[in-house]
Amino acid sequence: MAFKRDKKEEEDGGNPYQNLEKTSVLQEARTFNDTPVNPRKCTHILSKILYMINQGEQLGTAEATETFFAMTKLFQSRDIILRRMVYLGIKELSGIAEDVIIVTSSLTKDMTGKEDTYRAAAIRALCSITDVSMLQTIERYMKQAIVDKNPGISSAALVSCLHLCKNTSATDIVKRSLNEIQEALNSDNVMVQYHALGLLFHLRKSDRLAVTKLVAKLTKSNMKSPFAVCMLIRMACKLLEEETIPRSESALFEFVESCIRHKSETVVYEAAHAIVHLSGTGARHLAPAVSVLQLFCSSAKPTLRFAAVRTLNKVAMEHPTTVTACNLDLENLISDSNRSVATLAITTLLKTGAEASIDRLMKQIATFVNEISDEFKIVVVQAIRALCSKFPRKHTVLMNFLSGMLREEGGLEYKASIADTIIAIIEENPEAKETGLAHLCEFIEDCEHTSLTVRILHLLGKEGPRTKQPSRYIRFIYNRVILEGAVVRAAAVGAMAKYAANCSMLHDSIKVLLKRCCLDVDDEVRDRATFYSQLLSSNNSQLITDYLSHPMHVSLPVLEKTCQDYVINPTKERINLNELPADTVIKNVGISQEPIKKHTVDNVKPVEASVKNVDGQKLSALLDLNVGNLFCSSDSSMLTEAETEYVVRCTKHIFNQHLVLQFEITNTLDDQILENISIALDISEGFQFINEFTCPSIKYQETGNVYVCLKFPDDSVDTIASFTAKMKFIVKDCDPITGEVQDDGYQEDYRLEDVEMTLKDQMLQVKLGNWDTLWEEAKGVCFEVQETFALPLTDGGLSDTINQIISFLGMAAANNTDNVHPPNKSSHIVNLAGMMRGNCKVLAQAKLALSDNVVNIQLTVRSMDERVAELVVSTLD
Amino acid sequence: MDCSLLEPTLYTVKGMAILDNDGNRILAKYYDDNIFPTIKEQKSFEKNLFNRTHRANAEIIMLDGITCLYKSNVDLFFYVMGSSHENELLLMSVLQCMYDSISQILRKNVEKRVVLDNLDVVMLALDEICDNGIILEADSGAVVQRVALRTDDIPIGEQTVAQVFQSAKEQLKWSLLK
Repeated sequence: MAFKRDKKEEEDGGNPYQNLEKTSVLQEARTFNDTPVNPRKCTHILSKILYMINQGEQLGTAEATETFFAMTKLFQSRDIILRRMVYLGIKELSGIAEDVIIVTSSLTKDMTGKEDTYRAAAIRALCSITDVSMLQTIERYMKQAIVDKNPGISSAALVSCLHLCKNTSATDIVKRSLNEIQEALNSDNVMVQYHALGLLFHLRKSDRLAVTKLVAKLTKSNMKSPFAVCMLIRMACKLLEEETIPRSESALFEFVESCIRHKSETVVYEAAHAIVHLSGTGARHLAPAVSVLQLFCSSAKPTLRFAAVRTLNKVAMEHPTTVTACNLDLENLISDSNRSVATLAITTLLKTGAEASIDRLMKQIATFVNEISDEFKIVVVQAIRALCSKFPRKHTVLMNFLSGMLREEGGLEYKASIADTIIAIIEENPEAKETGLAHLCEFIEDCEHTSLTVRILHLLGKEGPRTKQPSRYIRFIYNRVILEGAVVRAAAVGAMAKYAANCSMLHDSIKVLLKRCCLDVDDEVRDRATFYSQLLSSNNSQLITDYLSHPMHVSLPVLEKTCQDYVINPTKERINLNELPADTVIKNVGISQEPIKKHTVDNVKPVEASVKNVDGQKLSALLDLNVGNLFCSSDSSMLTEAETEYVVRCTKHIFNQHLVLQFEITNTLDDQILENISIALDISEGFQFINEFTCPSIKYQETGNVYVCLKFPDDSVDTIASFTAKMKFIVKDCDPITGEVQDDGYQEDYRLEDVEMTLKDQMLQVKLGNWDTLWEEAKGVCFEVQETFALPLTDGGLSDTINQIISFLGMAAANNTDNVHPPNKSSHIVNLAGMMRGNCKVLAQAKLALSDNVVNIQLTVRSMDERVAELVVSTLD
Repeated sequence: MDCSLLEPTLYTVKGMAILDNDGNRILAKYYDDNIFPTIKEQKSFEKNLFNRTHRANAEIIMLDGITCLYKSNVDLFFYVMGSSHENELLLMSVLQCMYDSISQILRKNVEKRVVLDNLDVVMLALDEICDNGIILEADSGAVVQRVALRTDDIPIGEQTVAQVFQSAKEQLKWSLLK
């Protein structure tokens, strides 16, 4: 018999389950109906069915139902394995087959029966087919099962209850067993304890007080199960995050810290991991965690080493000095056979190590960088990025390494992160610019990602002309025109034209190249080439400057929306580019640990803000005012607390000479209707009241608008003001249910917070690439005001002060001068540019110097309008 | 960084798999519909995972934001998967339990052919270790006891008297009924 079987197996490659055919297997399932049941044969068929489903075969509802019903016949047999396989089958098919509740009674019988080997598995199978209505009928048995003396049964019941809790109405039924679950928590069996704790937390998790009590009680008792202690640590951390008392006084933190001395490694690691990941843990509290992680680094188990290095890497991001003590252990891990461990060790060392060790570490990484996954490569790239800002002098080594990585295989995300890093280095470190550009040029020669190529071409157009030898980049750019798709060609043409505009020696040769592009098959490429060659031939330096060297900064989202409106409604007058708001920038976030994420967030904000501007533009038409075009609108600010009866927000719309205050009023009282709402403003001297648009009525949960139009004072210095505001309206009571309004109302005044007019409201941020030239040009023509101030030094150092200045003035820093590198520098110069209401350009330079906890600032402002320059200076005062 | 502070939950295991030495699935279970909703994605992940793990015996790897622990023997690869923030040692104990209990069930013959011959018991063992993502049991001894080895696999000399008596009675009963 055995011989026969072996022979048969040899024929089909040793796998009796190979080449199973769905229909024939399901056909075989008819054997289930035979009496007496042949357990061996049926178990084998059932295995085949389950194997088939596991391999990804899809059963139809009819097929599944038929098989399911055939399977129920197998309850006749008392074979243990077969019965257990039937349970598995029930669980597997319960999602597909119909009328699965038919087996409820059989399962209930097994669950309450004498045979212990059936009971636990029967409970789990039963709960997979149970719905809320049936749960009530088996509730009694579940309660008994939870406190059963057999740990397997108790665990099965607890786990099944947790699965059922996915359904909210079932949660209430499960909650009735709270006493039993509490009892299970005291069980001697480690798994029962763990499951009971998990279920108990799930049921109580919305009740903070109950969780606090539970954790407080359990931290004092000694839980036997390591898993349960891990769970308890996580619960404690969740509470700790919300706690306000200092860590050193917290009993919860003390508990987590005590777990570092637990005998189970799992718990020790969990505690160390928790301490590291808790926000705001200081170096002192980290020390014990770091020292156990250091011990783990020399463990024989790869998993333990991996876990330890990974956590140390996280510590090194914020507290590199704490990890320095582990440097020796980390060095040993560089040659670890697990590449992930080695990578993490090196990136950690890069964060903690000194400048001298970089060369050696980079060489080490290079030996195995090809073997690690993209995720880890990105970790390496980010570590390099941080290094470049820390040690600018090392840029050659790092840049070479990055270019090597660029040449290797990799996905878009990975390549983009490298390109981002190189671009960031170029922007931060002028010395690295030429090498960086050269590497990028080489990269686009063989880059399959269009979006990256276009970005790099744009960068080449922007940065290349200002290098010592601009001509060397032309070849790379023109190669794109010959070899690539239309999008890249168009970008290349744009980049070339910039070289012609900025480097007179290349002017003629590029014109020849552009002429050739005029015959391109793609419309966009041809149009661009024609446009640029015409522009360059005109020899009109003003035009070239405006359209090529320093193209205007029109807010693109606004332009897009205006064009869309025009297409829909072409009768409107022509779009005038000068009337569109200038391109504004939200503060550029410096190079931090999560550069990519932050950039995307930044990109979203200005779009929303500018599109709102367009809506504001309709404002003058709406209010029938003759005030010209909207210059900008501020973000709305709250004039009331968030939870008051009336919520009022104020948005400031700035026009050339006028100011429109929009008050959005929301009625949150369901028994009142507000009528005839107006805003009484106490305007300061110089401002002139023009008009007010009151709101007739606001019902419950409705929002109405009141507009107040003012004229700015002639002297800009007087425009910084604060107005006390009062809302005046008639209250009429109404029935909250029927909405019936009583006729007689009464006059009421409601005091609002003051409306502040600041410089920031009237200033647009303008991002300039050619700040230096403009600054020099302005020297002779513009008014200049200079003043010196002193600000107290804050924790964030100079960059904090710079952010403060930028937020006061509402201007944008040019050429990333708001990034202080290295962060502990003692002096810094920020170049700022902005556009004041009335399209008046303002340039400012702030020189900062650090001395004894005070930042001395010398601010120089140049503007065509003397009063504006004075206003800017006085704002900082 | 709050996301990396672990949410207290029992749902810790994202998946378990046993692959053969060509990277084909013998058995695999995934418990989180959010990570691999379809069989196709699961299988391509398994292929990818196998390619990265079958040469280096390094026990742990991060792939597609998932922590995977693995162990191999002769022509079998055992995997346990969890979220990238999960306690790696916890997952390790699940893998250890899975390997040990299968090894005991197969009487130390951890090979593809033997696994396929005992597929039913192996399936039951996996079901006893992890229930829909919750670790049900991490002690291999308990798992083996619960899946209850088939009695007629034990040579007749090792069976208890009661068992022999029981099976004789069954056989007699059915022969009479015929």
